[in-house]
Amino acid sequence: MRRIDSKLIKKAVKDLCIKANTQLRGDVYLALKRLRKKEKSLKAKMVLDTLIKNADIAKKKKLPICQDTGMVVVYLKIGQGVSIKGDISKAIKDGVREAYKEGYFRKSVVKDPFIRKNTSTNLPPIIYTGITSGSKLEIRVAIKGFGCENASATKMFRPTDPMGSVEKFIVDQMKKLGSKACPPMYIGIGIGGTLDKAVSLSKEAIFRPAGKGSSFPHIRKLEKSILKKINDLKIGPMGVGGRSTVFNVSINTYPTHIAGLPVALSVSCHATRDASRIL
Amino acid sequence: MKKINLPLTKEAIKKLKVGDMVLLSGTLLTGRDQAHKRLADTLRSKKRLPISIKGETIYYTGPTPSKKGEVIGSCGPTTSARMDPFLPLLLKSGLLGMIGKGERSTESNAIIKKHGAVYFMTIGGAGAYLQSKVKKNTIVAYKDLQTEAIRRLIVKDFPAIVAIK
Repeated sequence: MRRIDSKLIKKAVKDLCIKANTQLRGDVYLALKRLRKKEKSLKAKMVLDTLIKNADIAKKKKLPICQDTGMVVVYLKIGQGVSIKGDISKAIKDGVREAYKEGYFRKSVVKDPFIRKNTSTNLPPIIYTGITSGSKLEIRVAIKGFGCENASATKMFRPTDPMGSVEKFIVDQMKKLGSKACPPMYIGIGIGGTLDKAVSLSKEAIFRPAGKGSSFPHIRKLEKSILKKINDLKIGPMGVGGRSTVFNVSINTYPTHIAGLPVALSVSCHATRDASRIL
Repeated sequence: MKKINLPLTKEAIKKLKVGDMVLLSGTLLTGRDQAHKRLADTLRSKKRLPISIKGETIYYTGPTPSKKGEVIGSCGPTTSARMDPFLPLLLKSGLLGMIGKGERSTESNAIIKKHGAVYFMTIGGAGAYLQSKVKKNTIVAYKDLQTEAIRRLIVKDFPAIVAIK
């Protein structure tokens, strides 16, 4: 068994919270630059220039890219050969607490969904754990802002519904959304499993580097088609028009029940923020 | 880019066109969900507001805490549509300008036009960039709301686009 001290987990979570909030994910930064190069609308070019400048300023001054430093979602993949010394949950919480204090990040979490008293620490994080083979521990910290989280949607389709109806649902949702989730956006779609599995798939889809398509040809084709149809809406960066509304669409699928076709849509804004480390 | 002074006047708003790119300089108030709820509750119960909103511009933002020596933290706009339900009361009380991001409801479009007010959109998620446009930051109401407190900001050349007028 390989022993990992929970102190390392705390440090990793702290470092990753700070990194994710201040340094735009590399593939997302490059995607913004690619969009800027291809964009024809003057106003859209100006907005994209500002977003790229913003990312540069944030990295240089260690400032949050966006004031919505979100809820923290931590994904742990624990190798079967790993034994952890100490309290994992406490280590993660301490890492988040310290990052949000020392990074001067916004405390955006309320304890009860109705009473809504701010917890003042940005705790608790949301923690997902999975077991894998091997002796490594992978930690991914995702920062979830709620401008785009509020754009999430799910629908339980019939098993006989055609692919086109799923596509229409996604495009119609994006049309209704307009520019509220800060385009250009990264769309993650989960299809299959149970409803909660479809939602997980849609979130994990956004971890895929922009530009990397699904390994299933029929799904890759659907990704490209949805990307084109949303950009055809010409909403543009921050709603100023142009073709840079969505910079990537990733679809993750899973086997599902003969009576169902669950579909989940997750939207991530241009400040798609996550960072990972392998211990 | 048109240079616009804050606080706004109805005459200045008349000269604006939808789609105009502007640089705003002067004084404004910040406020978002919880502040709007409190302001609306106070107005409905006919009590006195903690600060006057007559002729003011409200910027929908909840900034990150300021580092030592900095005027403000990251301070981009939040989604304006969430404040739509509070518009009728606030506009009736003399609110002239709003700054946020995203489209607003059909009803909000109509009521903003009816009152001769203006809604500007600024760049969402550009919190680090917009930080440099804020020159002064003071909490003036609802301090207990922390990031959602009402602040008076002095801004210089704050970029925005006229979205509804």
